[in-house]
Amino acid sequence: MSFSRILLRSLLPLLIGIPILWAFNGELSSSADIILMVAGINVILAVSLNVVNGFTGQFSIGHAGFMAVGAYTAAKITVATNSIEIVGLPTEVSNQVIFFIALVAGMIMAALMGLLVGMPSLRLRGDYLAIVTLGFNEIIRVIIENTEFLGQATGISGLPRRSNLIWVGVGALVTVLMARRLVGSTHGRALLAIREDEVAAEAMGVDTTGYKVRAFVISSAFAGLAGGLLVHLIQLCTPRSFTFVKSIEVVVMVVLGGMGSVTGSIVAALVLTFALEGLRDAQQYRMVMYSILLIVLMLTRPEGIFGTREIWDWLPKLRKRVSS
Amino acid sequence: MSAAAENAPKPESESTTRGWGDTCLDVKKVTMQFGGLKALSEFDLSLEPGELVGLIGPNGAGKTTAFNAITGVYAPTFGDVTVCGHRVNGQRPHQICGHGIARTFQNIRLFKELTALDNVRVACHAGRKSGFLASFLRTRGFLEDEARITKRALDYLGVMGLARVRDERAKNLPYGEQRRLEIARALATGPKILCLDEPAAGMNASEKVALMELIRKIRDDFKLAILVIEHDMRLVMGISERLVVLDHGVTIARGKPEQVRKDPKVIEAYLGDSYLEEKHIAIPAKSSESVLDAAPAPEEPPVKEVQP
Repeated sequence: MSFSRILLRSLLPLLIGIPILWAFNGELSSSADIILMVAGINVILAVSLNVVNGFTGQFSIGHAGFMAVGAYTAAKITVATNSIEIVGLPTEVSNQVIFFIALVAGMIMAALMGLLVGMPSLRLRGDYLAIVTLGFNEIIRVIIENTEFLGQATGISGLPRRSNLIWVGVGALVTVLMARRLVGSTHGRALLAIREDEVAAEAMGVDTTGYKVRAFVISSAFAGLAGGLLVHLIQLCTPRSFTFVKSIEVVVMVVLGGMGSVTGSIVAALVLTFALEGLRDAQQYRMVMYSILLIVLMLTRPEGIFGTREIWDWLPKLRKRVSS
Repeated sequence: MSAAAENAPKPESESTTRGWGDTCLDVKKVTMQFGGLKALSEFDLSLEPGELVGLIGPNGAGKTTAFNAITGVYAPTFGDVTVCGHRVNGQRPHQICGHGIARTFQNIRLFKELTALDNVRVACHAGRKSGFLASFLRTRGFLEDEARITKRALDYLGVMGLARVRDERAKNLPYGEQRRLEIARALATGPKILCLDEPAAGMNASEKVALMELIRKIRDDFKLAILVIEHDMRLVMGISERLVVLDHGVTIARGKPEQVRKDPKVIEAYLGDSYLEEKHIAIPAKSSESVLDAAPAPEEPPVKEVQP
């Protein structure tokens, strides 16, 4: 197989996805645009958290902490370079290139944080990771609120609006591709094995700590991406966007969609985002109805909408049922 | 099938030297202590390539503890474990596995939600080159690796007669097939030593005989040293060249099956349970058990005082 064909195969979903996103970009009303982007960011968050909570069977509840790291890194870069243009490029293109660099930098910073948090805590088994990540989330928030460089509690305002449907769409697409390809590979199967039985996985030669740290770092990086996209959508970067509540929101999406199901996470992220928007008319009852929806879903399907399966696992059965 | 079990499989054990000397597993004076309880004391064992050794003993004799100490689930309190020339004390189980030792578990520990094929594929590490990034980009190296691993896994499933159920989830397999799948998974790590922890537990008599035949066949086909835990003595006698008998963590006999069968200590361990109980609890003198035994005695008198 030639190099170009391999490249084509690995990038094919993006080659199809980008033109579609391009066509929709700017065509929708601005409110629909924003809702879709928020949904896309939630997809990135839910799918990336699923790599740790669903595939690897660890329980991280500090995803918003990594979002914050990515968001502040990206925000600082775009603010600092607001008046700078890359020589030889039109303003618009230059801005987008800088935004891309800022996003990648945010991902790298978040990944480093993931490594820092994951290395000591992932050696342990059980609930320790939940406690450590929860603590990390709060530490990050407190540090931001007390650091002048990061704008303290008011945060960084006046960010340029750089996120658009293409960026968010590509981000979501890359995240989903990453998760699907990971789980279909030997490395991904090692993660699943850790979830199923850590002792047996270790005995079969799987370096459980190493794999857990890697999964955690990857997951953190994509949380950083989501953070960067979010603050350049709402044009404001404050610690209030990255509290414990935000982390729980993402955990809810993962649990609701089914731990270990990529399509489940996507569906749950979309359903919850749209439900929250749809309930806007209910005003003060909005959160009440939101919680009732969650309770009903958890009572009727405790394993999540999809369990550990993917949407296409049901397709043959459906086809059979239709034909019979 | 059972008739074939009597044929002596001697010739294979002649091929001794394979680069790491003539012993592939060397356990020297390994002691496992949990608090005051000595679960295993001064356990010695050496395995030569191609040898099939049975580790037997009554319930609670410390057989599984010995396995756990060898494969790194526990770090031995004292003593040395050498696998294929590598001293492995204190190493993590996956590192020890990398030196060429694989095991199964007494209470089956399969990856329940994964398919039979994936269970085996998890264990196929040998010769894997592609890293994480390659699996995202689906590079050529990655695809080649995947194809090779899948083929290897299918081969092992075939050997254990499981090719038919490759796409079944492990939890949905019948009990006997789950046991065989565990062996297939252990083989896929490419071991030189295979440790089987009560592979026949929960099987009926004819299944057990068939399994023991299969174990011998694996040994011959893959040229492995095999260590089998079994508490059914008759069963393991037919296939193993040597036996080691444990009781309360102490090695009470070792040698050829015929010798061991006649050993009075072994007969005692298996038949005279109550007699032996008294005798052996005295050995770990400071154990928590002996304290418990002593405690209930003086508690009788206070009952009378309740009456008035």
